[in-house]
Amino acid sequence: MVMETVCPAGTPAALRAAVEAGAHSIYCGFADETNARNFPGLNFSREEMAAGVAFAHARGAKVLVAINTYPRAGAAPLWHRAVADAEASGADAVILADPGLLAHAAEHHPGLRRHLSVQAAAANADVINFYADSFGVKRVVLPRVLSVPEIAAINAETDVETEVFVFGGLCVMAEGRCSLSSYATGLSPNMHGVCSPASHVDYAEEGGELAARLGGYTIHRVGKGEPAPYPTLCKGCFTSQGATGHVFEDPVSLNAEQLIPQLAKAGVTALKIEGRQRSRAYVAQVVRNFRAAVDALAAGRPMPEGMLARLSEGQAGTTGAYRKTWR
Amino acid sequence: MPSASQTIPIFPRPAGMMLRPLPLAPLSAALSMLARRVVTRHPGLLRRLGAHDRARFLIDPTDLPLVLCLEPRGGQVRVTAHRQAPRADVRIAGPLAALLGLVHGAYDGDALFFSRDLVIEGDTAAALALRNAIDDAELDLAEELTALPPVLAGALRRAIALAERRTGVALTRVAEGPAW
Ligand code: SF4
Repeated sequence: MVMETVCPAGTPAALRAAVEAGAHSIYCGFADETNARNFPGLNFSREEMAAGVAFAHARGAKVLVAINTYPRAGAAPLWHRAVADAEASGADAVILADPGLLAHAAEHHPGLRRHLSVQAAAANADVINFYADSFGVKRVVLPRVLSVPEIAAINAETDVETEVFVFGGLCVMAEGRCSLSSYATGLSPNMHGVCSPASHVDYAEEGGELAARLGGYTIHRVGKGEPAPYPTLCKGCFTSQGATGHVFEDPVSLNAEQLIPQLAKAGVTALKIEGRQRSRAYVAQVVRNFRAAVDALAAGRPMPEGMLARLSEGQAGTTGAYRKTWR
Repeated sequence: MPSASQTIPIFPRPAGMMLRPLPLAPLSAALSMLARRVVTRHPGLLRRLGAHDRARFLIDPTDLPLVLCLEPRGGQVRVTAHRQAPRADVRIAGPLAALLGLVHGAYDGDALFFSRDLVIEGDTAAALALRNAIDDAELDLAEELTALPPVLAGALRRAIALAERRTGVALTRVAEGPAW
């Protein structure tokens, strides 16, 4: 069986590009705070979602709608409407994180397939089975903190399909539980769908250096010609107890291309590509690469050589936690 | 999709110098007309800009001796050309080829930014909204030109053809990246 490629689309144009590049599934979201990529200029209106689903289905691809933030008290109808509208658009599944919203979807939209978002940070078989038993969850997107043997151990103990990130930006702080962005900007991925939001970002050329600030805090400075990562808080360069460095995480991006055969052996169903904020050009290129890789694997051919390094943040890749070498 | 800085052509200096005496008023009028037509044909552009449709965007092709100020003004789009940068909410700067490549989907904005071929100063959210809106619109500027008055369109098209020959810059939409 060919592993499923699950590909990002921040805009209808990116969705079409991903489908044409061979994506098996596309994930995307509505243009509001129900979706953990609530960035300026991104995402889908209701009409665009329906048109996107029709486009994908006509070409044999699926659409998964991410409604993966946590409903605000008193504002739950916004999230409920998103689930209903996803179903009405013909989406193949919704990707949810909040147990209350999962319960709502299971009760009111039983025919709509439910996936558990990475935002739920379900990192062991017990909790995954709990979500399956309680809310009929069919697939879980695993947090980016697990090694390949840990993923294999989870798959041995659950029938729920597993989906893992293989490429793109890293967010490893047990997703859905990180408060760094809230601390600096008052806006968080869990509640507002944004981490280190652009509205609080400020770049300035200062004495030959590029300073990147978030909410007034300098997250990093780079010299001329050095790669310039976005000021995501966890990837900043800070001084702590006399030492200066990347205290939380290096500004590198995930590339687990070469681990695909091991992930297949570990029982993984689907490979997820991060990047709904990236351009249609990026999406097409990455999707084409990963589709070639899973096709090669299914045909017993060697993995194609990686060609994606220059698209990466910080222009350096890592296999993340899959091969664990924590400091 | 090329994204390495070595592959981004720079507008040759002599060609850039040729643009120096260009009268700014007619250029501004032609570009405004072009921008208004683009917005009419692609209403999603303004919708995606959202609240940022009142921002002033300074587009700075660093290899040309002029800068452009783009003001969406809620649909009454205006583009003005300047020799000195006016005040704006955000400045988006890079070689002409990088800016046009972004519009035509040949380059990825984040990749250009990470490699520092593109510089953003000021209101980052407005810049992102514009970038995402343009990426979704799948624009082809050469095609948009066809609706301008023939004299203007002809002049701009000749300028574009010259620029393409001189620089190797993609001035028409890239439909598909290279297959690999
Ligand atoms: S600061 Fe980093 S770890 Fe925390 S939510 Fe943002 S990307 Fe994830």
